[in-house]
Amino acid sequence: MLEFRKDIFADERDDNLLEIGQPTQRQDMLGHVTATSRYYDDHRFANLLHLKVLRSPHAHARIRSIDDSAAARAPGVKRIIRAADVPVNLNTLLSLMQFGKDDEPSLATDVVRYKGEPILGIVATSERAALEAMALVRISYDPLPAVFDVEEALKPGAPSVNPTYPKNTFEYHGKYDHQKLRFGDVDAAFAQADVVLEDRYQMSPIEHAPTETNGSIAVPDTNGRIVVYTSTQALFFSLDTAAKINALPSNQLHFIGGTVGGGFGGKVDTMTEPLAILAARLTGAPVRYRFSRHEEMQFGSPRGAERIYIKDGIMRDGRIIARQVRAYFDSGAYTRLSSYAVIKCAGHIPGPYTIPNVSADIYCVFTNRTPATAMRGFGVTAIDFAIECQMDKDAVAIGMDPLEFRMLNAYRDGDMKAHRREAKNCALIECAQVAAEKAQWPLRDEFRRMSSRQGGAARAGVTDRSRMPAPAVPPRVPASTTQRVTYERPMPAVSPAATPPPPPPTPPQPPAPAASGHGARRFSSVFGTRRR
Amino acid sequence: MAKHHGRGVATINYPIGMNLGGDPSQALVHSNPTGKFTVSLSSIDLGQGMKSVIRQICAETLGVPVADVYVDTADSDTGPHCTGSFASRGTHRVGNAVMVAAREARAVMMEAAAEELEVDPGDLETDGRGNIRVKGAPHRSITVREVAMAAQFKQGKTIAGRGIFLVPLSDVDPETGEMSPATCYAHACVIVDVEVDDETGDVSVLKMTSAYEIGRAINPKMVEQQLVGGAWMGMSHALYETVEPYYPDPREGPRDFNEYLMPGPGDICPHEIVVLERPAPDGPFGAKGIGEMCANPVLPAVANAIFNAVGVRINDLPITPEKVLRAIKARGGAVPQARMR
Amino acid sequence: MKTPIQFRLNGEDVAAFVEGGANLLDTLREIVGDLSVKGGCWQGTCGTCTVLIDGVPRLSCITLAETCSGSSIETAAGLRRGSELHPLQIAFMERFAAQCGYCTPGMLMAAKALLDKNPNPTRQDVIEAISGNICRCTGYEPIINAVLDAAREHARSRA
Ligand code: FES
Ligand code: FES
Repeated sequence: MLEFRKDIFADERDDNLLEIGQPTQRQDMLGHVTATSRYYDDHRFANLLHLKVLRSPHAHARIRSIDDSAAARAPGVKRIIRAADVPVNLNTLLSLMQFGKDDEPSLATDVVRYKGEPILGIVATSERAALEAMALVRISYDPLPAVFDVEEALKPGAPSVNPTYPKNTFEYHGKYDHQKLRFGDVDAAFAQADVVLEDRYQMSPIEHAPTETNGSIAVPDTNGRIVVYTSTQALFFSLDTAAKINALPSNQLHFIGGTVGGGFGGKVDTMTEPLAILAARLTGAPVRYRFSRHEEMQFGSPRGAERIYIKDGIMRDGRIIARQVRAYFDSGAYTRLSSYAVIKCAGHIPGPYTIPNVSADIYCVFTNRTPATAMRGFGVTAIDFAIECQMDKDAVAIGMDPLEFRMLNAYRDGDMKAHRREAKNCALIECAQVAAEKAQWPLRDEFRRMSSRQGGAARAGVTDRSRMPAPAVPPRVPASTTQRVTYERPMPAVSPAATPPPPPPTPPQPPAPAASGHGARRFSSVFGTRRR
Repeated sequence: MAKHHGRGVATINYPIGMNLGGDPSQALVHSNPTGKFTVSLSSIDLGQGMKSVIRQICAETLGVPVADVYVDTADSDTGPHCTGSFASRGTHRVGNAVMVAAREARAVMMEAAAEELEVDPGDLETDGRGNIRVKGAPHRSITVREVAMAAQFKQGKTIAGRGIFLVPLSDVDPETGEMSPATCYAHACVIVDVEVDDETGDVSVLKMTSAYEIGRAINPKMVEQQLVGGAWMGMSHALYETVEPYYPDPREGPRDFNEYLMPGPGDICPHEIVVLERPAPDGPFGAKGIGEMCANPVLPAVANAIFNAVGVRINDLPITPEKVLRAIKARGGAVPQARMR
Repeated sequence: MKTPIQFRLNGEDVAAFVEGGANLLDTLREIVGDLSVKGGCWQGTCGTCTVLIDGVPRLSCITLAETCSGSSIETAAGLRRGSELHPLQIAFMERFAAQCGYCTPGMLMAAKALLDKNPNPTRQDVIEAISGNICRCTGYEPIINAVLDAAREHARSRA
């Protein structure tokens, strides 16, 4: 059941709208219930060919030889696609945004780096004919040592997974093997904290499992262009990626999609379009490349597994005075989008709390498994799991109610966040109050009266900007020069259990590093060498 | 041997749009000669409701009924660029783009109406039902249909608009991580009640109670869809899902839905949801994206509830019965914690 | 070698030539042209391809087409009568019981099989009837409620 609390923040809202807020029927609902919504695979073409790829059975191996002669002669086979047929056989997904270096082939050349890596494409008159031909391909491999654990991968002597990043980590800013976040002085704070708590968290790799698997159909058009019906979550992203790999001007491709059977992040990677287009160009016929469910589950990129270490310094009165995070994103064999998630995670730490001393080191690590990608909550789901479990342990450690503990530390308007931007438009406290009321989770009075709109800026020592006209987008200013210097906050009555004298405030923070040379780097510098 | 009840909580926020920005979306809006509008996009509806959200935002901005707007997506020949449907960016980014486009189209429509009514465009307003009228003198009005006909056949005006929304790319400091990750954040608090069987390690989720702050609900039914479905996925991630059950050992990965576990219709629980709306200053009508954040708080809340029930902390996902049972054994039995007051 | 088969599809006679191993899902989609049936796993584990064969819900992806000769098959395409929607379709709309919509045809058929047999199902009956159908979007709650609504509506319209 869904209910609204319109009374909260009512003064910030214009509720006199006609269409906004109405439970209008979805534009696509009639199509869904009459089973007439057209997904990419609901387009029909005469003489459709089918592409299946042969995948590596090894997690890491050198390909010694490939004999596809019998497969090429098999019934129904129209074309074998080899690595050499791919016009630009090295790409990284974020290359269009100049994020990182090209590191992933469409078809493996000499080495396979994960179990399931595509090696050959077989285009045939039916999926069955393609699969039967696949059984006739002979490949000999020299298996290589593989590494599967993110921390093992960082040890000296670990097998090197990805030749573009031989040390098994993505490169940030052309010099670091991880992204840093530094705010305040965690070491000094840990020395002062009443309680220091550290733990390790492990996310699992997870499959998006949309009911429609990834796929596309590439159809040669009358005028030499290729029309592509696709399940992509990002039409132009996929179009531009496919154009690059096929060395085609983008206007030679016409992508049609927009009605997709679920994605959850698993249909961003453009896993089928480039080869389907190549196959259509090589055969002159429409070609479908559709993932089987097994391919979708094991070789379609999953949500990556992240390993996270958190160390918190807490005072007995409930304040968290330091949080230190070390996290390893398991990117699998290639970068895809994990490099981006690392930065997103860094920007998210320490969660929706105001903590004066924060430090984080986040690594994007290569291992010999299926490359990971975005999934619902990308870069945040795992760190939120870790932070919120840790918050619970912190609360238990100092004998405080876990919800009140969160509210006490919740960020409020005007607070300074660890990435040095002022918190605005906060509502964590209100969510906690409303959920508590609904679930009959008793909160003490002072917590029921708390507000995200009060006590932030003042306690944080941040310039009050509320009277300045709100810019449409945040100004691209360098480091805030108004970083808070004190983290005193109005304390609610201390929990009955413990009433030690309030500890001295943390020492004044050193101001953010000088503004010069600060924040002025182009984003591409984050990802090291530019693509071109 | 017993079943133990436990309660856990988590509070989270979620950044809307691609981290650091730099992810534009465009929209085109135009009227046909009889005053019905088409929005052309290349944005993807993968079930989240993109088409419908954009339709409502466009209708509100134009000042016409939602039935008079149709959203056409996604064709790269006709739809202008959109970075894609991910990062909870659709409502926020595409919604803003379509507002810009609809405002431009509306301005032409009002000009054309003013010319027909021989008044100043500034004196006109829409009634949201397909009419444009003089403020304070509602009897002096004209239908949107008549205006569109006049614009097309008499005045030679295109009732059309273009829109783009871009949060400029932020820099990231290599040493401190200083950056502008997002311009708007959604919030949530979820309280989960579970029952843990200390004989089997089995965890059942009994109830979820949640509050989500989403800026503005463009469509409450679709908000409910996302929040209910998302919480289900959060519970699924917490207790069931993995493609590598022995991670980092990669063996024994599931190949189909018999081997890849998710809660079925018999495993779901009642979910009480309360929605709060603190409009985002840069959201379309204040709206924030809710597609991703709805799953996140459920994972830790379930883990915390299990601790509350039996006194064991499981730090590795998913929290399978095997892990719970081993932890209970290692602790020498279930140790129920204090009930949450 | 292709085998001729004949069956009734949503009340119409249909004939097709199929390969020996052809499954009903491919036959309906690729040969007969009924695209209302969707495939999600092609291995009998997701329920997306559910159709009714002589009133019984079956997974068309693991049903040999040849075995369907002489049967009566119902798919989601046959649910509405002209422009009139089936009560299940109306209830799915009103409950917002579809998001991506990809599981919907199979869900509708699984639910129809239940209501045809048991017009007054309990919540538990509904859960059991759709438990072979995966939905990744909705969390099932709206689907269960829609089926219960449709049953009630069905009962009312006949009362
Ligand atoms: S497609 Fe038939 S059960 Fe999945
Ligand atoms: S609505 Fe998407 S799978 Fe059910």
